[in-house]
Amino acid sequence: MRFLNRSVGRLSRHRRRPLAGLVLLLLGLLLTGGLYSAFAPATASTASDNEELVAEGRELFLVGCAFCHGQNGEGVSTVNGNWLGPTLAGVGAAAVDFQVGTGRMPMAQPGAQNPTKPVSYDQDEIDALAAYVASLAPGPSVPDPSDYSLAGLSSDEREEAIARGGQIFLTNCTACHNYAGKGGAMPRGGYAPNLSDTSAKHIYEALLTGPGQMDSFSNGNLSPEEKRDVIAYLYSLREQPAYGGFTFGSLGPVGEGLLAWVIGIGALVAIATWIAAHTARSNKKKGATA
Amino acid sequence: MSDQHGPDELGPGEHGSSDLPDKYAGHEGEIQSADEPIRNPGLPQHTWRPTDVDPKAERRAERQVAGIFGLAALCAVLFVVSYFVFDIGGSPEDDVPTIFGLGASNVALGGTLGLALLLIGIGLIQWARKLMSDHEMVEMRHPARSSDEDREATIKALNDGLEESGIARRPLVRNSLLGAVTVLLAPAVVLLRDLGPTPNQVAEEADYPGAGLEKTVWEKGMRVVRDVVGTPIRPGDMEIGDLFNAEPEIIFAVDEEGEPILEGEPLLIAKSKAAVVLIRMDPDENKPAPGRENWAIDGILCYSKICTHVGCPISLNERKTHHLLCPCHQSTFDLADAAKVVFGPAARPLPQLPLAVDSEGYLVAQSDFREPVGPSFWERDSQASTTE
Amino acid sequence: MSIDTSKVATSNSSAAIADKPNPVGAVANWADERLGLASLAKKNLRKVFPDHWSFMLGEIALWSFVVLLLSGVFLTLWYDPTMAEVHYEGSYAQLRGIEMSGAYASALHLSFDVRGGLLMRQMHHWAAMLFIASMMIHLLRVFFTGAHRKPREMNWVIGCLLLILGTLEGFTGYSLPDDLLSGTGIRAADGFMKASPVIGSYMSFFLFGGEFPGTHIIPRLYVVHILLIPGLLLALITAHMLLLVYHKHTQWAGPGRTEQNVVGFPMLPVYAAKAGGFFFIVFGVCALMGGLFTINGVWLYGPYDPSKVTAGSQPDWYMGWPDGALRIMPGLETHIFGHTISWNVMLPILVLPIVMFLVLMVLPFVEAWITGDKRDHHLLQRPRNAPTRTAFMVALMTMYGLFWAAGGNDIIAIKLHLSINQITYFMRVAVFVGPVIAFIITKRWCISLQRKDQEDLLHGYETGIIMRSPEGGYSERHLPLSPDRAYVLAAHDRDPDVIAELEAGPSGPDGNGVEPKKGIAGALEGARQRLRTAMYADNVQKPTREELEAAHHHAEHEHELQAGVEGEAADGHQFDGHHAVEDDRLRADD
Repeated sequence: MRFLNRSVGRLSRHRRRPLAGLVLLLLGLLLTGGLYSAFAPATASTASDNEELVAEGRELFLVGCAFCHGQNGEGVSTVNGNWLGPTLAGVGAAAVDFQVGTGRMPMAQPGAQNPTKPVSYDQDEIDALAAYVASLAPGPSVPDPSDYSLAGLSSDEREEAIARGGQIFLTNCTACHNYAGKGGAMPRGGYAPNLSDTSAKHIYEALLTGPGQMDSFSNGNLSPEEKRDVIAYLYSLREQPAYGGFTFGSLGPVGEGLLAWVIGIGALVAIATWIAAHTARSNKKKGATA
Repeated sequence: MSDQHGPDELGPGEHGSSDLPDKYAGHEGEIQSADEPIRNPGLPQHTWRPTDVDPKAERRAERQVAGIFGLAALCAVLFVVSYFVFDIGGSPEDDVPTIFGLGASNVALGGTLGLALLLIGIGLIQWARKLMSDHEMVEMRHPARSSDEDREATIKALNDGLEESGIARRPLVRNSLLGAVTVLLAPAVVLLRDLGPTPNQVAEEADYPGAGLEKTVWEKGMRVVRDVVGTPIRPGDMEIGDLFNAEPEIIFAVDEEGEPILEGEPLLIAKSKAAVVLIRMDPDENKPAPGRENWAIDGILCYSKICTHVGCPISLNERKTHHLLCPCHQSTFDLADAAKVVFGPAARPLPQLPLAVDSEGYLVAQSDFREPVGPSFWERDSQASTTE
Repeated sequence: MSIDTSKVATSNSSAAIADKPNPVGAVANWADERLGLASLAKKNLRKVFPDHWSFMLGEIALWSFVVLLLSGVFLTLWYDPTMAEVHYEGSYAQLRGIEMSGAYASALHLSFDVRGGLLMRQMHHWAAMLFIASMMIHLLRVFFTGAHRKPREMNWVIGCLLLILGTLEGFTGYSLPDDLLSGTGIRAADGFMKASPVIGSYMSFFLFGGEFPGTHIIPRLYVVHILLIPGLLLALITAHMLLLVYHKHTQWAGPGRTEQNVVGFPMLPVYAAKAGGFFFIVFGVCALMGGLFTINGVWLYGPYDPSKVTAGSQPDWYMGWPDGALRIMPGLETHIFGHTISWNVMLPILVLPIVMFLVLMVLPFVEAWITGDKRDHHLLQRPRNAPTRTAFMVALMTMYGLFWAAGGNDIIAIKLHLSINQITYFMRVAVFVGPVIAFIITKRWCISLQRKDQEDLLHGYETGIIMRSPEGGYSERHLPLSPDRAYVLAAHDRDPDVIAELEAGPSGPDGNGVEPKKGIAGALEGARQRLRTAMYADNVQKPTREELEAAHHHAEHEHELQAGVEGEAADGHQFDGHHAVEDDRLRADD
């Protein structure tokens, strides 16, 4: 029985390199892992895809967000009890998709409100960040385009949806965002932004998550259908022409008064100056020969 | 040279000496002509325009003016054409004709009409400036006051008339006439009484619910429902940070035949006082006023949506500070502190609606508001308790 | 007696043929035989009107009123002044199926189903804006040039009434479509009324026919808007024009113009053409604005609902200043004996506008009281020659402007990235401090302009030509003003010498033997004297004849000293072709 043990020392001495054990370990791991991923049920594989996304998100988070929001998204508070960056546990993927997708985050400097600015991450990175933040605690998820699309509705139903969306908009939104969605003032330098260029997905997410000082309009407040109707109404405003002519920002009587003075009175006073001005004079005298 | 007056005729710095009043005596220095430093040089020499002296320029001006009028006529014709060519539109399905993204009908009609009118005006002005005689003319003024003869004649006529009427000599007739005419004011005023009911009449006799300045349609057990859609609300529907624009359920209620219970005038009146906002905040943040501890349900609070300043509806909420801002005059209310006024011209906090949960789990009111809703008025007892 | 000479023979060789009757002449004859208008016409057809652009500002108001009448009649053909509920099924898709008042539905109908309806709506609204704006600048022009003095004080009062009525007309007008924005304005107006002590709630219930909003307010505003106020406006405008025609228009001082004449162009044809042309131009500008610029897009606001509101809720611009006062007013209320006194609403919206309008209306009378000037004035004053009056109106304008800006504080906040709270705090101080600063700056500015005029009269204008004296010193060449220009600068009245009056002392009887007054009358008279002194004391007076002659003599001497060649004073235009120089000695060796 000694053939297995014939020359342990000789065999070992010849084959064993310093890292041979390690290589063998890695090979074993790869083999097991590969067999596992090949034969294990599908959910296990998406879990690991999501985990990758989460991991990627965490990497991005640590670089771009952790300074204000903490290493684990727990938030960073300041000396006088305010938040430098609030906790992100529970805000959900929708909030991240909105804030980062509109360029509001990363915030360039602290202030009354974070404005939109050029987006710092591409959509894949945003998805990763969103996945990471969603992993911290359950929260609203990114809506599916079918959530806010009117596809599949008849023409009459579409018209009804848009009309209903208009009434919901006028009840819940115009107080801050103005009748045409052009924005309005809030206390202490805050403002409700202009909605003219906001995408449908971002409007939905803003309604859902209540970014900044905006109230949330959770699905218990405005149901997904109602959100869809509001978005449809806003899009219908974008598509319709300006029936009466230039609108100059649709900010109401203030702009109109400015126009009346500057253009109306300005033009008429200028014309009055022309009417009463001396006309060209000639040196010649009437009746004199040329 | 009949249109020129030499300096002698005018006199240097002459003013209306006939208007010198006695009170101004002692200040003759200002109006004495001898003191005036510079004499009036008289009307300047008339200078001719090119169109006066040069027949070619004149004909060119004529053609210019006629051309402007012709263009105006063309624009008027284009107006008629645009009227029939452009539809206004209004549906998204319509192919609304546009000009540079603006409604084509309005722009075309306004542009053509405006140009037509403008060009006629410009043509007329050019005609006056270039071709009509521009010799300056002089017309003498007359004092505003009537001549002494006219005054005397008027006074005499007045006196004769009054004397013949005897109004001075017959005080009984005169005074009784005055008395009668004065009393005639009463029918004129009284006729306006039925412009509207008095506040008391409305409060006591009106037949619609929630009548009067001191009441609304809210009552014990009335559900709070979402505005526009009319669905009742469970506490669980609300998340912290939500703001619901809500109404009492009677606004959307229908009777057995499916007819709305409130419509027309009573509906508008009800909405103008009963609209509310529901807000859910962290229960720890809420500092209820004394006596109001059980008015909130787990951080859910209900306040009147009608501003106490002049009555605009409010729903601009700052989620984190729970400050509610009115867009009309920027009154700001702290919803965690019984809607106390923290900024702006409002003087009183928003009335709060006490909430409860009914047997099916929906939010209901415990009672009507405990104080009148909306702007202040003279009879409002603003010191009365707001918690009974 | 009239002999028909049309049948007299005009030559020996042909028979007498009657002239063809002139058709226009026949009509005129027919009318005159019944109306006898020739005496009126003969006076007015060639009436002289002076020509200046600033005299046309009132015309803008007049013609925009005509535009309002014409476009308004058009709108009444479709507008339905009812608050009865209607189920909308018109062309504007986003509001189909929505319940709304008949008034709002008819406004939508005008905008989307009547061709030219939206144009007329917008023309009407733009013309209203121009009407009130032009009345305001007309008022400013009249005041700054002193055209409100005797004999035109009553015309000034009529003008102020026109301004008030125009503002009310505008308010009732834009409330008629019953949209969200104007309905919010009516809601605020109800709050204003309710805030009045004792009668407030009764006024509110009588106007609305019960509780707000009721169903009566729109029809009632309609009647006020198309019948009551336009009637008053027409009557007052007629009175305003008649007074203008009777007094004749004021004119600027200048060569050939005196207090006893009016120099300009005749009504027929020049003035009729210019004024008529300006009417078409105002009409055309209103139409162009109505076609190109959206105003009051009611389809976006939606129908009025007492539970809805929009950000940026302002009234039209002419009501912006009371709105601003309302916004910056702190929240003051008194609660006593079971009643509420709302100072926060009463003071800015009930008291302030009434006080401002009263002040405006009595300005000519107060000015006459202070100055003691009872003469007729038909020549206009340059604003610089009445520094206190000019500064006072600029101070009023500043206060108006600050209130106006406060009314748009939320729009300013979002456009300029400011905080509405800070703007409000700033305005609370600025409306008091700003007018004072404006008064001081304006008055000093006017006085410095008067000094410049005096300089020009005494020393001539600056030519920009630099002369060098033989000793090496530099000086600028001044040349005398043309006689016309010099006359214009010196044509104003000399102010009373208040310094001398002050030094003469108030005690004892004045020049007419009148004893100084005692008691309240005495205190008033003392105040009047002080105001009068303050009004005139700092002004710079035009030079006297002696001063002018001395200055001219000095100038001639200066020219001689500056001459390049002895005995030949150069005027500086020797080498620029300005005039011929063949006979001038230009060089010492010529």
